[in-house]
Amino acid sequence: MSGSDNPYQDDRGNKDRSITNPDGVGEIPSKTSGKTSPAEGSPFLIGENMTGGYGKGGPDILHNCTIAVNPGEIAVIVGPNGAGKSTAMKAVFGMLDLREGHVLLDGEDITALSPQDRVAKGMGFVPQNNNIFTSMTVEENLEMGAFIRTDDFSDTMAQVYDLFPILKEKRRQAAGELSGGQRQQVAVGRALMTRPKVLMLDEPTAGVSPIVMDELFDRIIEVARTGLPVLMVEQNARQALEIADKGYVLVQGANAHTGTGKELLADPEVRASFLGG
Amino acid sequence: MDFLNAIVALSNFVLVPGIAYGSQLALGALGVTLIYGILRFSNFAHGDTMAVGTMTVILFTWWFQSMGIGLGPFPTALLALPFGIIVTGLMMLATDRVVYRFYRRVKAKPIIFVMASLGVMFILNGLTRFIIGPDEQRFADGERFIITAREFKQMTGLQEGLALKTTQGITVVSAVIVVALLFWFLNRTRTGKSMRAYSDNEDLALLSGINPERVVMVTWLIVAALATIAGVLYGLDKSFKPFTYFQLLLPIFASAIVGGLGNPLGAIAGGFVIAFSEVFITYAWKKVLGYMLPESLEPSGLVQLLSTDYKFAVSFGILLIVLLFKPRGLFTGKAV
Repeated sequence: MSGSDNPYQDDRGNKDRSITNPDGVGEIPSKTSGKTSPAEGSPFLIGENMTGGYGKGGPDILHNCTIAVNPGEIAVIVGPNGAGKSTAMKAVFGMLDLREGHVLLDGEDITALSPQDRVAKGMGFVPQNNNIFTSMTVEENLEMGAFIRTDDFSDTMAQVYDLFPILKEKRRQAAGELSGGQRQQVAVGRALMTRPKVLMLDEPTAGVSPIVMDELFDRIIEVARTGLPVLMVEQNARQALEIADKGYVLVQGANAHTGTGKELLADPEVRASFLGG
Repeated sequence: MDFLNAIVALSNFVLVPGIAYGSQLALGALGVTLIYGILRFSNFAHGDTMAVGTMTVILFTWWFQSMGIGLGPFPTALLALPFGIIVTGLMMLATDRVVYRFYRRVKAKPIIFVMASLGVMFILNGLTRFIIGPDEQRFADGERFIITAREFKQMTGLQEGLALKTTQGITVVSAVIVVALLFWFLNRTRTGKSMRAYSDNEDLALLSGINPERVVMVTWLIVAALATIAGVLYGLDKSFKPFTYFQLLLPIFASAIVGGLGNPLGAIAGGFVIAFSEVFITYAWKKVLGYMLPESLEPSGLVQLLSTDYKFAVSFGILLIVLLFKPRGLFTGKAV
């Protein structure tokens, strides 16, 4: 009896916001985690042969799709609109049910875990939209990022401020008042506060100017150099592949091309089909 | 002298009761606004939550009185208050477990929560009447006045007296303490911040490792405390009657909306706006005007704009005006 199954709950009834508050409602389905099992000899993070879609009866969006990343690497998922790039990342993060395939992290099969338990296992995820607490200050955003940590996180906060000096300057300001690029920095900073084992970014440069985009990419390279694996979905394919150690070109939910960023940029087929020659 | 008498009469009949009533509404509206901001629905059961809380406190008060335990000049109800809060809190958690949690699991639309709260309202309503009956209960004991009208007259030599009831003093002092504690909690503690984060963005809160069930639990406990305190203060100041508490829902919602739903500061401001409007418009101004105006202009009628029976009309009038001209409320809450 979930909301989407009952058409009478949609587009009908009282829309008076003095009665209900639709702001900030969550979309991540609540699910209980299953068990994890050890898995040896695989890449650090891999979504292997993933097949699945949203909901129980929804059509498959991903078809046998594989995405992997290792420490110190930046892996980039690119592809035309509607190729299932973000879906692939959400699948790795556990936001949709996989019909087939596995997700392995650091030698452990985490396919059955809920998204929040994957965070506890060391996944840092930055969603594309609504990725900051707009009504809270920059510093509070970072504090909330470190919510699962019980140790002293002031050194991590100092590292984040070193990485994004502008945030230190604006740490008492409400995050919602910042510019698009600064908000993305808050979003990435919040995810880094958990001290994740892997950082996953869903279109971190969506809606920011080219200059800001270059700067964000520089920061992301800096993060990856510390040894943290970075998995990223990007619209700006060319720039993203330039910094990528590994690139995945998805077409219609399946792996079309895989290689290093340079290989893909040089691949005439990839260039012709979607980098625009 | 006439001017001073006018001020004193105004304070006695309008300002002091208005401040006390405003504090009670503000505490009620804080509970409503917290549920709206964090659980995202308008909790129609809030008035009856206040009734259940107050009822519990009355029962404990009677028990303490029967054992001869009292607080001297203060009402015994203050001693019973913590117990009432605990019982009400447990009841809120049970309600959440039985009713609301299911809808959270299936991600039901907020309007379904509203309807569920309507059901909870009827059940609590019945429960209160079943246990304590529908009649009026007065449970204020101890010293009745901090200062009586006669003492005031003797002290100042004025014609008009200013009476300050103990319950009014207690209301204002406890409201200040409760509000300060609440704001400190929301802005300075880890749990309070996690509640604000959850209110801001549920999914991101989940991704940050904030446990939604824990946020919801803490919210219900705080709301239970606020509702019980507001109900007991109102009951001490006036009297307890289940139907009156059910009706209190109206000015409380008006306060929360006028102040800006989801904004705690707004709830407080809204409480006072509504309280003062009600008292101003339903007060018979004859006496005050009599002191202020020259004898020739002295009003012959009561100069009461509305009979007290229509006081809810005032809440709704204000609500309407605010929604027309400032739909987000006086303090910007979520857009209504």
